[in-house]
Amino acid sequence: MAEGRIRVATASLAGCFGCHMSLLDIDERLFELLEKIEFDRTPLTDIKHCGPCDIGIIEGGCCNAENVEVLREFRRNCKILVALGACAVTGGLPAQRNHLDLGACLSEVYLTEPGLVNGQIPNDPELPLPLDQVHPLHEVVKVDYFVPGCPPSADAIWKILADLVAGRTPRLGHGQIQYD
Amino acid sequence: MNESDLPSFLLDGEEIPFTPGQTVIQAALTAGHYIPHLCYHPEFVPHGSCKVCTVKANGRPAAACTLPAQAGLAVESDTDELNDLRRTLVQMLFAEGNHFCPSCEKSGNCMLQALGYDLGVMTAGFRHFFPDRPVDASHPDILLDFNRCIFCKLCVRASEEVDGKGVFSLTGRGIMRHLIVSAESGRLADTDIALTDKALEVCPVGVILRKHVGFAVPIGRRRYDERPISAQALDDAPRMMEPKHG
Repeated sequence: MAEGRIRVATASLAGCFGCHMSLLDIDERLFELLEKIEFDRTPLTDIKHCGPCDIGIIEGGCCNAENVEVLREFRRNCKILVALGACAVTGGLPAQRNHLDLGACLSEVYLTEPGLVNGQIPNDPELPLPLDQVHPLHEVVKVDYFVPGCPPSADAIWKILADLVAGRTPRLGHGQIQYD
Repeated sequence: MNESDLPSFLLDGEEIPFTPGQTVIQAALTAGHYIPHLCYHPEFVPHGSCKVCTVKANGRPAAACTLPAQAGLAVESDTDELNDLRRTLVQMLFAEGNHFCPSCEKSGNCMLQALGYDLGVMTAGFRHFFPDRPVDASHPDILLDFNRCIFCKLCVRASEEVDGKGVFSLTGRGIMRHLIVSAESGRLADTDIALTDKALEVCPVGVILRKHVGFAVPIGRRRYDERPISAQALDDAPRMMEPKHG
């Protein structure tokens, strides 16, 4: 571990990786950021488990048991946990199934959808079980900061990261808080 | 009448002249002072239901949209305490309905969303209800998406008072309250609503939507993307000193 660097972990749960793409959209500011931080578990490093970190950033809500486990691992290990993007903050698009019965959803997708032949509902023991509803992160663990947006803009993500790295309370101004 | 001859009250320490008969919010907006609001609309009799415009008048909480302006009143509005309460009201509205902004045609033109931006609401905070509220797509030109209704009653008021039709109505009490269509079938297609109706224009959120124009103006270039609602509301406010009649 490099001396004095802020350790950051990220993960995408029930998300589309759009927020991670937006994080990469901070472009050359990444160089500035990488002088101050180093990555722990993230899709960029391919480290599988999160160790003790200063900042954890989570994209996506919780739609299955594995999402909940990863989220709890982050909460245990990260001093500051950030919900990044609409799905992490509100459940987002995946949560649009929340008013439907899960059994009916699975049955429509895997059994009764026109064009399916010998369909079956996946039941491999290695597959994490889906939750009956998709939950925003704050319904499962304590979340310290929320960044709405689908995805949040690179400028909003940069502002939040720059504030956190500098030890300030992150704040977004008009034009940076977007829910869409 | 000259402005200096008018009676006045204090809003956050500044003198606001008013014409007798004006409410606190009417006088404030006319004088160029913004008080956050949601169910208030300058063209309609105030409903006083959303409570976002709550101020403290001589120390007592009151809805600025229904509170008559009185000489010598000391009104507090832009305080941390009141803005915290407003933030909580907006959060509760977000948690109560299904407000998925990224997939909403009204995004960028939505007053609830714009208030959230202005008040710095980063999360609904509460546990989301995720209620089951099926949409009504029966009408060929107008879509009703009940998921986003905040029960401001503006469409009900507009349809009754301006359109003379009574297409919409609120029913149920408390958490069971919901918007219905006044037709025996309950479907919008079976009413005499027209694209020119005022009721279509006044919905502050994305419940009553014109079909076929969804993303004619792209996300990012819409009303509240350009300017915060606090600035926009002052532009929209009537500038003359007379209160609005009728």
